[in-house]
Amino acid sequence: MAQQLQQGLFLALAGVAVVAALGVIFNRNAVHSALSLLANFVALAMLYVLLNAQFIAIVQVAVYAGAIVVLFLFVVMLLGAGGEMQMGGWLNWRTAFIVAAALVLLTLTGTAVFEGTINGAIGTATPEQIAQVGQTEAVGTALFTDYLLPFELASVLLLVGMLGAVVLGQRWRGAIAGRPSGEAE
Amino acid sequence: MIIQSIWLAIAFPLAGLLFNGLLGRRLGRGVVGIVGPGTVALAFVVGLFAGLDLLALPAQDRAIVVTLWNWISVGSFRAGMSLLADPLSVLMVLVVTGVGFLIHVYSIGYMEHEEDRLYARFFTFLNLFIVSMLILVLADNYLLMYVGWELVGVCSYLLIGFWFRRGDDPQDPVRLKDGELVPVPANLNPADSGKKAFIVNRVGDFGFALGVFLIWTTFGTLNFADVFGAAPEIASGTVTVITLLLFVGAVGKSAQLPLYVWLPDAMAGPTPVSALIHAATMVTAGVYMVARSHALYALAPTTSLVVALVGVITALYAATIALVQTDLKRVLAYSTISQLGYMFLAVGVGAYASGMFHLTTHAFFKALLFLAAGSVMHALGDVIDIRRMGGLRQKMPRTYWTFVIGALALAGFPLTSGFFSKDEILAKAFEFSPILWALGLLTALLTGFYTFRALFVAFWGSARDQELFDHAHESPGVMTWPLILLAGLALFGGILGLPQILGVDHALAGWLHPAFADLEGEGAEAIHHGLSAGLEWGLLGLSSVIALLGIGLAYWFYVANPGWPADLAVRFKSVFKLLVNKYYVDDLYDLLFVDPGKALARFCAQGIDNAAIDGIIDGGARLIVQGGAWLGRLQTGFIRHYALAMFLGVIVVVAYFFLR
Amino acid sequence: MTAVPTSWFLLLSAILFVIGAGGVLLRRNVLIMLMSVEMMMNAVNLTFIALSRHLSSLTGQIFVFMVMAVAAVEVAVGLAILIELNRLRATTDVDDVSSLKG
Repeated sequence: MAQQLQQGLFLALAGVAVVAALGVIFNRNAVHSALSLLANFVALAMLYVLLNAQFIAIVQVAVYAGAIVVLFLFVVMLLGAGGEMQMGGWLNWRTAFIVAAALVLLTLTGTAVFEGTINGAIGTATPEQIAQVGQTEAVGTALFTDYLLPFELASVLLLVGMLGAVVLGQRWRGAIAGRPSGEAE
Repeated sequence: MIIQSIWLAIAFPLAGLLFNGLLGRRLGRGVVGIVGPGTVALAFVVGLFAGLDLLALPAQDRAIVVTLWNWISVGSFRAGMSLLADPLSVLMVLVVTGVGFLIHVYSIGYMEHEEDRLYARFFTFLNLFIVSMLILVLADNYLLMYVGWELVGVCSYLLIGFWFRRGDDPQDPVRLKDGELVPVPANLNPADSGKKAFIVNRVGDFGFALGVFLIWTTFGTLNFADVFGAAPEIASGTVTVITLLLFVGAVGKSAQLPLYVWLPDAMAGPTPVSALIHAATMVTAGVYMVARSHALYALAPTTSLVVALVGVITALYAATIALVQTDLKRVLAYSTISQLGYMFLAVGVGAYASGMFHLTTHAFFKALLFLAAGSVMHALGDVIDIRRMGGLRQKMPRTYWTFVIGALALAGFPLTSGFFSKDEILAKAFEFSPILWALGLLTALLTGFYTFRALFVAFWGSARDQELFDHAHESPGVMTWPLILLAGLALFGGILGLPQILGVDHALAGWLHPAFADLEGEGAEAIHHGLSAGLEWGLLGLSSVIALLGIGLAYWFYVANPGWPADLAVRFKSVFKLLVNKYYVDDLYDLLFVDPGKALARFCAQGIDNAAIDGIIDGGARLIVQGGAWLGRLQTGFIRHYALAMFLGVIVVVAYFFLR
Repeated sequence: MTAVPTSWFLLLSAILFVIGAGGVLLRRNVLIMLMSVEMMMNAVNLTFIALSRHLSSLTGQIFVFMVMAVAAVEVAVGLAILIELNRLRATTDVDDVSSLKG
């Protein structure tokens, strides 16, 4: 019973995610696209819960839905890019080719999946063990022990990204970055 | 014992070379002029003490090997940086450093008009030459000798081309009595002359190198003592080939037929260089090498015959060319070739000590003649054409009298040094074969003639070019004193080797005897040659008569009857032209080797390098530029195209992973 | 326990990825292209999480964590570039920005 419930839930969420994804790329209005993106992210977060990854689901909502989509919305507002649908010529050979390629990719992936070629070493993080310590603690422990270095590097990456965004967003008064100010005056 | 430190003889000029080469420009010519000759004088002193040390040793022990360090040691191949001090090499050291010192001193005056840096460079090169020559003569193995052999070649090249900016020196044509103008070939410019010397020497050096290789494969060693010790057990054919190959090197270095052509052109260098390198020392390296390898040559009678024949033919041949040369230095250059021919005649007939004796006396009188000629050039502002001189004996008495002494020695005037050494060679040649002796005697006649022709034309008579004559002046003491010292040596150098019939010991042969002791009948005892006393007196007298006859003929032609040579030139016009053009040998070599070589070089430069190589390179570059332009069209600048390419790449990668 | 098969998630992930890729390729608005890139990343994240469960390993989740960090940086820098571009060229159309053309 629980299985059918979960499968039903999956199908519903998957439908929401796909529709929202299509909404992102086919909306004329960029604000609508951003909102569709939000729906897509939330649906995915719920799917994560379905996959027993509650911590990641929370992070997904916080980072993507909370930060990134809001950022997109800010920029949309700033540039006023809500307007007509800006799309390249639709019915041309390129589109046809892309659709065909997409189908090929889908077929390849699907075939591979259904033939069960995806396998690997089974780890120790079974749901039972995770249940003993709790999902957040399990991920946190892994993050701060085995993956400490990538974690720290990620923080450096974020810092660099932040600096980059600040530098790029700064308004240079007629000067180009790197030139002495005296010369620019 | 200073002989253990014989390397000092090399080290002193080496130090002078480094000092002058590195600091000379800054310290000025005063210091350079002291350091250059001073270090050579020190080397001479070292050589002198080494000689005294040798005398103190018992005769059979007079061969000291001083190993400085192990130079090459690969497998069974050993080449030591080791020096051999025996009577032969010490004699050469004394000649090289002694004459070299005087010429260094002379150069102080001769080069006084050069810029400071050229002045320092000149002494640097001269010291380098002394170092190289000492390495050559002191080496105790063929490899080190070859190093010195090549180094002196380099020095020769550097010094011939010392004034490398000067152009060709066209010569005034000879106007014959019937009005015909006979063009005289131009003197090559110094840079080309240096190249010519170097390249022609390369031909000989190639033979020498092959000889050394063959020695190595035959004997398994290059050490003189080991090679000579093992030589008697080697097949005589091999020894003949080895000695012939070594002789090819000697032919190149010592300017014998057919590789003599570089020496006359080497006169483009400064005159002290001509005196030191192209008369007194370097060109005698071939004679020294043959004398050093006498153990091999004694085993190869065929080669020895070849050596003697080449020597005597060269002697006669060069003497005939010298008859008509109008360039004072070239007269001397051809006489050098001729005298070297005598030396080869001597070593070819097995009279090694006689060859070394003539080498020594020749070093004295030929250096003297060149320096005197240089003094004339110095006085006349580098004019060297004897047709423009005349009457100089009043203006330059010291130069004149020293030149006379040198000319007497060269002509073999009785009791001068050249008389004794040449007579000794002729006596040995007579013993070997009267034909060789006759050719040698004919050469002696020509020698007396052309030497005094130059002397009479240049110094006697009246001034032909009044402007030049007024400009002429005696050279400074720093130039004339070396002349006077050399004149003394040229005059009395014969004491070193007085003939046995005079009842005195042959000093030089006695000194060299330990070095040639392994030869039967050679050395001091060999002076008691098989000729009877009467015959020997006869030969001596005939030599004297011939020398006097040559001188007398020159007087008759150029002083008593100045019109005769011109008449003769008209009567034997074709011979005259042949001699003026040096038998057209240079033209023949140009035709046979130089022009095809240039054509090949031009083909390589234009056909292969410009067309093919550059074509490939440029074509490659054009291909890349074109290809880049073509590929550049792929870069549309549209991000979506890049994204598409990425996407397709992803598909390919995924497909690879799933389908493999 | 695994009520929903892993393959379902993988299939969904593939569909979402292709939709995102299509957005990147077809839209000319840089903003929409960036959103599509985000969607593609999310599709990959879904794969990671699904396989993390399938293989009982937390590594997949850690990966997702890192992807999120990169995505955040990418959006921040990307949008900053977009603003600067808009300031210079007054456009958000990528086809107007082709100065890298060879």
